Amino acid sequence: MDQLIQQLINGLSVGATYALIALGYTMVYGILRLINFAHGEVYMVGAVSSYYLAEWTMGWTGSLWVALPIVVVGSMLVCSILGFLIEFLAYRPLRDRPRLVVLISAIGVSLLLQNLAQFPELFGPTPRRFPALIQSTPVFYNAAHTIVLTNLDVLSLGLTLGLMVIMTWVVLGTKTGLALRAVSFRFDTSMLMGINTGRIISFTFMFGSALAAVAGTIDAIRYDVRPLMGLLPGLKAFVAAVLGGIGSIPGAVVGGLFMGLSETLVKGYLPSAYTGYADAVAFVLLIVILLVRPTGLFGRVAPEKV
Amino acid sequence: MRCAGIIILLALGLGLAPMGCKDKGGQRDHSTGDILIGEYGSMTGPTATFGQSSHEGVMLAIEQINAEGGVLGRKIRVISEDDQSKADEAVNAVQKLINRDGVVAIIGEVASKRSLAAGSVCQKYKIPMLSPASTNPEVTRTGDYIFRTCFTDDFQGKVGGQFALRRGWKNVAILTDVNNDYSKGLAHFFRAVYGKSGNIVADESYREGDKDFKAQLTTIKGKNPDAVFLPGYYTDVGLILRQARELGLNVPFFGGDGWDSPETLTLGKVVDGCFYSNHYSPEDPRPEVQAFLKAYEAKYNKIPDAMATLGYDAARVMADAIKRAGKADPQAIRDALAQTKDFSGASGIITIDAERNAKKPAVILEIRDGKTHLVDTIQP
Repeated sequence: MDQLIQQLINGLSVGATYALIALGYTMVYGILRLINFAHGEVYMVGAVSSYYLAEWTMGWTGSLWVALPIVVVGSMLVCSILGFLIEFLAYRPLRDRPRLVVLISAIGVSLLLQNLAQFPELFGPTPRRFPALIQSTPVFYNAAHTIVLTNLDVLSLGLTLGLMVIMTWVVLGTKTGLALRAVSFRFDTSMLMGINTGRIISFTFMFGSALAAVAGTIDAIRYDVRPLMGLLPGLKAFVAAVLGGIGSIPGAVVGGLFMGLSETLVKGYLPSAYTGYADAVAFVLLIVILLVRPTGLFGRVAPEKV
Repeated sequence: MRCAGIIILLALGLGLAPMGCKDKGGQRDHSTGDILIGEYGSMTGPTATFGQSSHEGVMLAIEQINAEGGVLGRKIRVISEDDQSKADEAVNAVQKLINRDGVVAIIGEVASKRSLAAGSVCQKYKIPMLSPASTNPEVTRTGDYIFRTCFTDDFQGKVGGQFALRRGWKNVAILTDVNNDYSKGLAHFFRAVYGKSGNIVADESYREGDKDFKAQLTTIKGKNPDAVFLPGYYTDVGLILRQARELGLNVPFFGGDGWDSPETLTLGKVVDGCFYSNHYSPEDPRPEVQAFLKAYEAKYNKIPDAMATLGYDAARVMADAIKRAGKADPQAIRDALAQTKDFSGASGIITIDAERNAKKPAVILEIRDGKTHLVDTIQP
């Protein structure tokens, strides 16, 4: 029983970062019907920039409470600028082209960022351990030490749920959110209504990228930083977004947590020979869910726009 | 989708590389100028210290040999290629070395997976390849041009098993990288030896590139093992140990020479009290070891790890083979390599057997306070 609880904690903790990345996919898809394949690389840049920021802040302060906000907010800033630039340079000029063209541009951006990060001048292909700014340490455990909850488990789950709430509030409760929903509902009509669609789209990219930066920072601290670290989480988060119903905010979070849980439970409970199929199981579940509910768990049926 | 893109690019790269410069390798004139030896290794990537260390060892050896006048009256020049710890890049690297540079022999790789990938290329072009540290038995079975100057996994796996039994560990868990030929080989031979009288309570696995191991570690912890056998590479070892200690799995972990890296020693208290089998110990009093230690420290200002020692030995065995071959010709060097006998290296006495492997003893090192300590030597 304790072991199951521990596995659930492990799974939710892994799933939380998938959820954060999935939120970015789902927002961009909701508004542009575009799968931003460069999103996994934004997550990687988030990890890389938090690594450099941590190194820099540790040069002049030893206090965790000074350094951590600088690292998190700093990497969010770096990534929102990157998100803005990606949209502005690689997607906006192709706005009136067929969607496939933009998709290919996205793949190009993704490959570009992966390979840029492998330059030794920028980061290099060697994994680097995060500076000892914040260590993953147990904060809660039961008497027998069979259930352990680390500070990063708490941080990742807390941030994911908190940011989901903030995001829901932004979309549902602010003027920008109203405009965002309008653009998502009818792109051309909202332009006629005087909404600056370009600005709304930029905002969406920046917001989504900032969330990916948070995920990147958490994983950088928890694991390490590598230039190709965005590949798999990016793919899994994309699946999570589709699973939850792409375009839906709670859907992305539920999808992300689901992916983390299924991966962990397969690794933890199936015989060792099947560990390699941890991702396959998640993808099979995706197919099953899409067969039963083509719009995903939380997706709404929308008429195809012509 | 992205993966498909990468695969297409790689396929193009691999397909075009040999096409552009066909058959140049064999037709070069090797009788004048410097003797060109190729070296490929993971100078960057998740196993970067393997490539860097063995490169430093190779360069030190070549520097010493050239300072003594070289071989056959000519200097040896090493051309190095980085494979970024990737098997497909290793293939590209040896293709460049053979076709573009026209090397007469190749030293590399540390990792078995990459030696296997690049070895088949060397075999195809009939260029002798000497791996300093690839321990998977399959590596030298690639063909008669592939050699190694280290022991093999069947021996190292048995060493792990014997060591676990000697320590009196009744219940041991195994955690293997199923994407890694080296790791699978070690685990296989460990099971064969330890399984006879010990209990393997959990046999878990992960895949190269995984970063979260808590699922497997939680399962292992539930089985209460006395120790965990972890035949992985040091980057994974670091992540796994940190996560294991977080979960409160505080038993000793032990593994093979894949642990050997300065990185492992910087892990701090999570790695204290862990063991690994290795090719050499700096505490070994043999004069060859101490002379090498002194030269290495003078040049690089640090203590050599096993990969540096093996790189050094491989380069010296190679130079010795060229000297005995009497000419810088791939075929002649191959034949000379095959006859290497009682070569006194820093990592032990090297004799190449009929399977093109070296038989050498293994040492067991314990990590404590950021240093390794020799605890046991196991003979083949």
